[in-house]
Amino acid sequence: MADRRPGKPVPRVDEESKGFWEACRRHELRIQRCRSCSQLRFYPRAICPQCMSSDVEWVLCSGRGEVYTFTATHQNHSPGFRESLPYVLAYVELEEGVQMLTNIVDCPADDVKIGMPVEVTFEDIGDDIAIPRFRPRAS
Amino acid sequence: MSRAEIAVVGAYEHPTRWAPDKTAYQIAAEAARGALEEAGLTFADVDGYACSGVGPIGVLSMCHHLDLQPDWLDSTAIGGSSFVAQVLNAAAAIRDGLCTTVLITYGSTAASERFAVGTGGGSAGDPPDAFEGVYGPTVVGAYAMVAQRHMHQYGTTSEQLAEIAVTMRRHAGLNPHAKYRDPITVEDVLASRVISSPLHLLDCCVISDGGGALVLTSAERAKDLKSTPVRVLGGGVAARHSGVGVRDITDIAARQSGKRAFERAGVSHDDVDLCMIYDSFTITVLSTLENLGFCEAGEGGAFVQGGRIGLGGALPLNLDGGGLSSNHPGMRGMFLVIEATKQLRAECGGRQVANAEVALCHGTGGFLGIQHSGATLVLGRS
Repeated sequence: MADRRPGKPVPRVDEESKGFWEACRRHELRIQRCRSCSQLRFYPRAICPQCMSSDVEWVLCSGRGEVYTFTATHQNHSPGFRESLPYVLAYVELEEGVQMLTNIVDCPADDVKIGMPVEVTFEDIGDDIAIPRFRPRAS
Repeated sequence: MSRAEIAVVGAYEHPTRWAPDKTAYQIAAEAARGALEEAGLTFADVDGYACSGVGPIGVLSMCHHLDLQPDWLDSTAIGGSSFVAQVLNAAAAIRDGLCTTVLITYGSTAASERFAVGTGGGSAGDPPDAFEGVYGPTVVGAYAMVAQRHMHQYGTTSEQLAEIAVTMRRHAGLNPHAKYRDPITVEDVLASRVISSPLHLLDCCVISDGGGALVLTSAERAKDLKSTPVRVLGGGVAARHSGVGVRDITDIAARQSGKRAFERAGVSHDDVDLCMIYDSFTITVLSTLENLGFCEAGEGGAFVQGGRIGLGGALPLNLDGGGLSSNHPGMRGMFLVIEATKQLRAECGGRQVANAEVALCHGTGGFLGIQHSGATLVLGRS
């Protein structure tokens, strides 16, 4: 079983977000689309902010995107993160058009560039949670 | 319908930057005393009270501590900009007759308690946190992502950002209370270690203890008070975030709050004699100047060069040395309003902007690149 890494936060799965995390556990990246107005939305929430509908579907994403912006974090005193410095915090813009806060992994911090093509990769945390991160891909 | 004019009649910045011998409540109380004494008022005159940066119902504990039983309360919690927003809220409350005399306080011992203000983790457990906290965002990191994108989109350089830190340090040299007063150069900023790329240590605000207080009342009542009143001309508040996942990260809350502030105050950019811009990081200043409309998007880098934002320049800002050099106990909005008030009263000695008639304050709260608030306030000399 993968290490829970004491101190590093584990996402709290709740009624509004469980569809996302259940998909992640299967290593699928799914985001919500309003069945009423077709607006895509991330992060997940029960009500569409655009049309107020509660009718929602979970769309399977390609898992591909580009780095929209990033920062190489060299200082973070929090347990779980201070051991992994420097790490890259980034917004990735998915092919579907929404931005996700994430980490860029499997790549030296100095090599990360805005516009760099990336693909999702999942880290299993125990049996019930997998966290989506992104790694470089051939364009 | 004409609107009653509201005035700042007390503005006191606690001189401390390091107070292991004081509590945060004590700093707030001492600042309150200072601000009320300026106006010739006492706690008994206060019938409206606001504070922020305390616990969830800390405003009640502060009332308890100061033995206040006000008719109006405000505990706005939108980050470091809260106090700027509270000035607007207080003005509205006084205008509407909810109260006559508002005290706003702030006290913090962030430095002596060794809070990692900008580089700690921390998660409130709100819905977005599950999609953020696991990736290790820091306050610095959130602002750094705006800087990185700004550089990519507009060619902004680290040298241009550094110019802001250098200017703030020069101003701090003119402020006897500032935490860091020795001059620095652009090279010093670039040579300081990277905290979260592209931001260096000297692109980041200091961590200090401190506090301050403000007193507001009607301009009519201000005539009977001891201090020189400064008028509240107008303002605006806004929130920015990634919404449903689509945005331009360089478009910040200041665009919305600033537009409203200029409209309500009835002044133009050319009327502004000085700015107090929340400088949590150098990028905060650059983004704010663009979004307030002092220059176009992408022109901020060139705008801050060549002495424009220094004392004696066309748009002097953060004359006290800012958060980058004077003080930053976690929520700097309070000091923006205090310094602007003192500048408009011409009380600032060696760092005084000559003939200052209109000052603009802009506070940024929260995580600029992730979710943040903006509060703009325009003040005028009486």
